[in-house]
Amino acid sequence: MKIGIIDYGAGNIQSVTNAFGRIGAECVLSGDINELLRCDHLVLPGVGSFGAAMDSLNKSNIKPIIEKAMNDNIPFLGICLGLQLLYEKSEESPDAIGLSVLNGVIKKIPSRCGIKIPHMGWDNCILKNEGRLFAGIPKDPYLYFVHSYYLDASDKTMVTAVTNYGVDMDVSIEKNNFFACQFHPEKSGDTGMYILKNFMEI
Amino acid sequence: MLTKRIIPCLDVKDNRVVKGINFKELRDAGDPVETGKAYAEAGADELVFLDISASLDKKKTVVDMVRNVSKNVFIPFTVGGGIKSIEDIRDVLRAGADKVSLNTSAIENPDLIRKGADIFGSQCIVVAIDAKKNIDKTGYHLSKAGGTIELDIDALGWAKKVESLGAGEILLTSMDRDGTKEGFDIELTRMISDAVSIPVIASGGAGKAEDFFEALTKGHADAALAASLFHYGTLQINDLKKYLSDKDLPIRC
Repeated sequence: MKIGIIDYGAGNIQSVTNAFGRIGAECVLSGDINELLRCDHLVLPGVGSFGAAMDSLNKSNIKPIIEKAMNDNIPFLGICLGLQLLYEKSEESPDAIGLSVLNGVIKKIPSRCGIKIPHMGWDNCILKNEGRLFAGIPKDPYLYFVHSYYLDASDKTMVTAVTNYGVDMDVSIEKNNFFACQFHPEKSGDTGMYILKNFMEI
Repeated sequence: MLTKRIIPCLDVKDNRVVKGINFKELRDAGDPVETGKAYAEAGADELVFLDISASLDKKKTVVDMVRNVSKNVFIPFTVGGGIKSIEDIRDVLRAGADKVSLNTSAIENPDLIRKGADIFGSQCIVVAIDAKKNIDKTGYHLSKAGGTIELDIDALGWAKKVESLGAGEILLTSMDRDGTKEGFDIELTRMISDAVSIPVIASGGAGKAEDFFEALTKGHADAALAASLFHYGTLQINDLKKYLSDKDLPIRC
């Protein structure tokens, strides 16, 4: 069992590696496509902007990895910006084209009275559709978020967790072997470790 | 619902927590990793490590500490103290910190906020504002060097400016209240929090559980920070969170 964490020059990815290390997974942090192709699970982390991340991803030429994950049913987990990148477009960078594995738009959290942006901190989520990442986790778990854009999925059957921050947000999705979450499991204490463990065991 | 955050602050000098903390279970209360883990287990929502060492190899010591904390503590943490350049920010984030806190360096070089936010994202750029009440009580100004040097910069104007430069959060300390245990400066906290649309952490003056309630309600703060109160065990984090939750504040507990 080896987990490949896709390194395309994004910021703080050390904590993702550390968290998988903590739950006993063998981890490879790599931007090398051949090395990643030898992994059993793939993780796409990321903080920063949609456009800049797509630029880096395009330059690093890791797109074949995504195709491989789709065709070979390799369990794949996008975290935070890594969730957003799986979609086609984001209001954050209107000219950029995402990985387009899934359909939907990434929208800006509307600013209004009392709503601070970024959405930063621990928020409780409502679990839906029996997501495999949340198996065994008590209902309405608190998870750690830091983001200014959110997913409004076109197909709600793949949404496994939602929360509300002035607007209803889809914060976790699951479709076949593709999983993604807007929150940071690697920063969500014991609950987060449990989610990563669930992913590892898929 | 998004919860209000309770954040203990740890002063660290040469890789040692300066004020020893009163956790009986701790083998080594001076170890940043042990202390951070204990706070995380007690229910802290985030941690702030403030490095106050002045040694020549300060940077290496900090980066080593961040790396160790990051391997053992799985809640978000911010690192501040002497971060002066994009390279410093990069090194600390790469070692595993979630956010950096800029203080004097941001006042001297506001462009550091903008560049830092552009490269690493606003979410990891916290600006620490040390504010003091004006003598004529009409407003607040900035201070530096632990409140010993007064600056002719309006705190409210500076808060709006750091937001426009791309800061993702403000760590607001009342230097008048810091260390007094007389409660947070509610007027200051509310003024800044209402003027910006980024989260504000109230700091300085916490003496009892009620003070946190006031800061998070009347003060409109998104989070509240304290140091010695938690270190010396005067107030336990889990007791504080239960108190706030019983008063119907959104709290993770």
